[in-house]
Amino acid sequence: MKFLNEFRCAFPARSQNEALARAALSAFLIPSDPTAQELADLRTVISEAVTNAIVHGYRNCSGDVSLCLRMLPERTIYIRVSDKGCGIPDIEKAMTPLYTSAPEEERAGLGFAIMQEFTDSLHVRSTSGTGTTLIMRRKLGTPHEQD
Amino acid sequence: MKIHYNTDNAQLLVFLDGELDHHRSALLRNEIDSAVYAHMPEKLILDFQNVSFMDSSGIGLIMGRYKLIQPMGAEMFIQNVSPYISRVLRLAGMERLAKISEGVNA
Ligand SMILES: Nc1ncnc2c1ncn2[C@@H]1O[C@H](COP(=O)(O)OP(=O)(O)OP(=O)(O)O)[C@@H](O)[C@H]1O
Ligand SMILES: [Mg+2]
Repeated sequence: MKFLNEFRCAFPARSQNEALARAALSAFLIPSDPTAQELADLRTVISEAVTNAIVHGYRNCSGDVSLCLRMLPERTIYIRVSDKGCGIPDIEKAMTPLYTSAPEEERAGLGFAIMQEFTDSLHVRSTSGTGTTLIMRRKLGTPHEQD
Repeated sequence: MKIHYNTDNAQLLVFLDGELDHHRSALLRNEIDSAVYAHMPEKLILDFQNVSFMDSSGIGLIMGRYKLIQPMGAEMFIQNVSPYISRVLRLAGMERLAKISEGVNA
């Protein structure tokens, strides 16, 4: 795949690394000069994806969350978050707004709904027992259009 | 996070701060609940002035506090929300649980 820049990293599935993932994304986006709204949206989606990997993927085991950020042509940002955790048995059900497998932990079941709302595309690949990979894309507005 | 209880009007004011993600929400939950049990307020006001980020875990935190105070007959208010926070709150339908304002609640 043709890309203009790329950043890859992996970190252990611990909740304090959610902030680290958001910070990495912010730093990666700075040269593209996103609007405050674009930055807020993308920080939210990466937080949802990484939190899901930590909370659900590695619920019963430990492991790494892998992150790959790419700047594609035409100001399109590509975000890939993957885990080698338990996987999602029924992706369609999991993506239904308000569905959560962990209501006792005060989860709202809105992570996927937010990721869909704040990106242009979201692809989920998951196999039970092998893990989950999310790929999201969002095209940034042209810089001179920004306020 | 600062918590202030006003005995005159039975309002519990919770000044949330920082980034309300999964990591932080888990830490704040018990602190807020202890104050709720200690004062049994009529109004729970969540102030977002100093909140710089919130995702669905923050929504879970709000929903959980709503479920706690609703049976006590108390009401929830959310104030001083930035447009970015407001977007997530509305996507989650939080206006059905609380009165949301961009300034301070009357
Ligand atoms: N990486 C993952 N590994 C395994 N299961 C997952 C993963 N991501 C999501 N899921 C499943 O999909 C469901 C829905 O995810 P979603 O993010 O929409 O809601 P949630 O995480 O349960 O709640 P919220 O995001 O509102 O805190 C989860 O409850 C979980 O069962
Ligand atoms: Mg989630």
